[in-house]
Amino acid sequence: MDQLTATIGASAALRPHEAANLVEVDDLKVHFPIRSGIFKTVQGTVKAVDGVTFDVRRGETLGLVGESGCGKSTIGRAMIRLREPTSGTVRFDGVDLTTLKTGALRKMRRRMQIIFQDPYGSLDPRMTVGSIVSEPIETHHLASGAAKKERVAELLGLVGLDPKYVSRYPHEFSGGQRQRIGVARALAVEPEFIVCDEPISALDVSIQAQVLNLLTDLRSRLGLTYLFVAHDLSVVKHISDRVAVMYLGKVVEIGPPDQLYAAPGHPYSRALLSAVPVPDPVSERKRKRVILKGDVPSPVNPPPGCRFHTRCWLYERLGKPENCRTIDPPLEVLSGEHRAACHYAAEALKTDVGIAHLDLSSSIRRGTPDSALALLKAGKAVEVTEAEKAAAAPAADTGAAG
Amino acid sequence: MAIEEAETGVDAPTIIEVSPEDARRATIEQSGRAIERNADKLLQVRGLSTHFFTPDGVVQAVDDVSFEVDYGETLGLVGESGCGKSVTALSVARLVPNPPGRIIAGEILFDGINVLKLSDDDMRKLRGKEIGFIFQDPLTSLNPTLTIGYQIAETIREHMGLPRKAALERVAELLAKVGIPRPKDRLNDYPFHFSGGMRQRVMIAIALACDPKLILADEPTTALDVTIQAQILELIQTLSDEFQTAVLMITHDLGIAAGMCDRVNVMYAGRIVETGTVDEMFEEPKMPYSWGLLDSLPRIDDIRGARLRTIEGMPPLLITPPDACRFAARCSYVRDVCRTDEPELNARGDSGHLARCWGTETGGWIS
Repeated sequence: MDQLTATIGASAALRPHEAANLVEVDDLKVHFPIRSGIFKTVQGTVKAVDGVTFDVRRGETLGLVGESGCGKSTIGRAMIRLREPTSGTVRFDGVDLTTLKTGALRKMRRRMQIIFQDPYGSLDPRMTVGSIVSEPIETHHLASGAAKKERVAELLGLVGLDPKYVSRYPHEFSGGQRQRIGVARALAVEPEFIVCDEPISALDVSIQAQVLNLLTDLRSRLGLTYLFVAHDLSVVKHISDRVAVMYLGKVVEIGPPDQLYAAPGHPYSRALLSAVPVPDPVSERKRKRVILKGDVPSPVNPPPGCRFHTRCWLYERLGKPENCRTIDPPLEVLSGEHRAACHYAAEALKTDVGIAHLDLSSSIRRGTPDSALALLKAGKAVEVTEAEKAAAAPAADTGAAG
Repeated sequence: MAIEEAETGVDAPTIIEVSPEDARRATIEQSGRAIERNADKLLQVRGLSTHFFTPDGVVQAVDDVSFEVDYGETLGLVGESGCGKSVTALSVARLVPNPPGRIIAGEILFDGINVLKLSDDDMRKLRGKEIGFIFQDPLTSLNPTLTIGYQIAETIREHMGLPRKAALERVAELLAKVGIPRPKDRLNDYPFHFSGGMRQRVMIAIALACDPKLILADEPTTALDVTIQAQILELIQTLSDEFQTAVLMITHDLGIAAGMCDRVNVMYAGRIVETGTVDEMFEEPKMPYSWGLLDSLPRIDDIRGARLRTIEGMPPLLITPPDACRFAARCSYVRDVCRTDEPELNARGDSGHLARCWGTETGGWIS
């Protein structure tokens, strides 16, 4: 297995003359026509993705987060051309995917793969695990005969499944194990880039952690680049090097998680953050939620100007400034790599709305006897001083009393 | 459909920013509603066992479970899929599908009434009137062929004997209460006219229609987006405070349990393995499975990049549960006694905090 790791690692990470960006998305639009009536005339357009520009750097995990219908999955699919973009370009390692012909596209596809959300629906129930994992190897003529069998066994070992299960069927596995099969299938062609489309949303908490750890391990061992699409902000923070927040077909904020979560510049990011439940009753009681009224507007007729202004707390607070209704704000730099698309990001940054009582820096997993210690061992950056330990203890006392 | 649903509610973009603590205090103070008490505790479940008789064998989904819910209290039932949390709630309402399921042992006292001895007719009167329900999937739990107004009015007419017109007025009142804009105009709408969040509001309106003493909420926000989830949870909390309704909140999300509940029961493989106040459960859990759940969760308030701890392995099959601690096979603190004898659910301290673990009992090896 180590040999396999070495070969894949070399092929993916150590290519000479490579640019820093593996994938470059430029003004990408994906629109779906709505047809109705007996003549199936086009009645309107769902603007699922409406002008999105960002890069994915070689070796990084870019988290793409947003609520259902915001277009995050559509972007993931359009980036590997499982969906045809309406306009804009997707450049993969310098090659524009949107204009590639079938044959050339198939060759490129070897370098990019996808892991789907539903570990039940994404595996053919009539194929054995062995044939599921070897199918991409055959499609791309990578190996045959004994070499192919050996490779399948290696791949199953790599994702933590016993290679003796090759002749079993998907229904004999649990959800977490199936997701591992999906990961093995994606890795079979030695890809450089993997779109992880909500890969753990359908799994139980303890199994989620196993799959997340697996994805993290594989990334560092094989030098992979991920686009990690998810709705769960905690998961995205955990796994991503950079995070992009989407709302109604647009990226509204992008940046390194430490900056984006500690000081979000877009009012929507703040509302989203404030809504995430934290498994800590003391901070849950103190935190203030920004309750957004109503639902996300229709992507058929997105509001003019800033798409979020119809639900924006900052817009209300600033006395409904006109430019929010008329001008769609572009992504602008807040600091370093942190960018947000809001005319009044500076105002948002002045408040503590959405992040009050959310201590992002010194959380110690209390409860487990050796957890603080485990954290200390896990990361060099983590320093739990005596003062911090003492600070954590009284918090627990007041919580129990109140 | 997804296209039409968006118009609901966009007309009132006022923003509330509240901390749960402040909001609760305010509602409790102003409501002052006194609830009628016919027993010591609202709900007492003793030795409940619900088994499913399947061709593969008897699945012991819930096995000897005992707990209590006080008047006005929110009790969380947390655990992973298949641990028996939903079956426990269904058993309380006697809604376990039979066959294959059957309550084979135990006693359920609701407000002093022995639920398991009630006739089907009396049980029907209790459900809906005294016990309200909010389920995970609001689309499949509403009848798609009936208007929203009719579905809510049905409950009210059945249980409160109000005439049609008065019932519809009460429906409009309830819809306003759960935050549906222009409620009178929406009485004749069908469920598909509503978005997921709005449908869940309708479910809550139905659950509250007859001022129940208990609401069974089974993963009420799992199908919803996080900002909509925040709306719905806030609504459930405010209304349960206002009406002094007890809530049995079934959830796999420990964050929701931390924010919503007064006390929490952790379930594993058909058993309650730990119970305590929400602060005890999150600050000083006394059972390795509870630690495992807390540790395997990526947290928004956690230091980034620390490797997640996982619980290796799988829960045992409930057809042949081990005659020992059911978590022993996955526990990193396991000793010989755990593999041969099952520990009791017994006290940790004198505050009512209970755990089922040999290692954390007095004189145990985990401290």
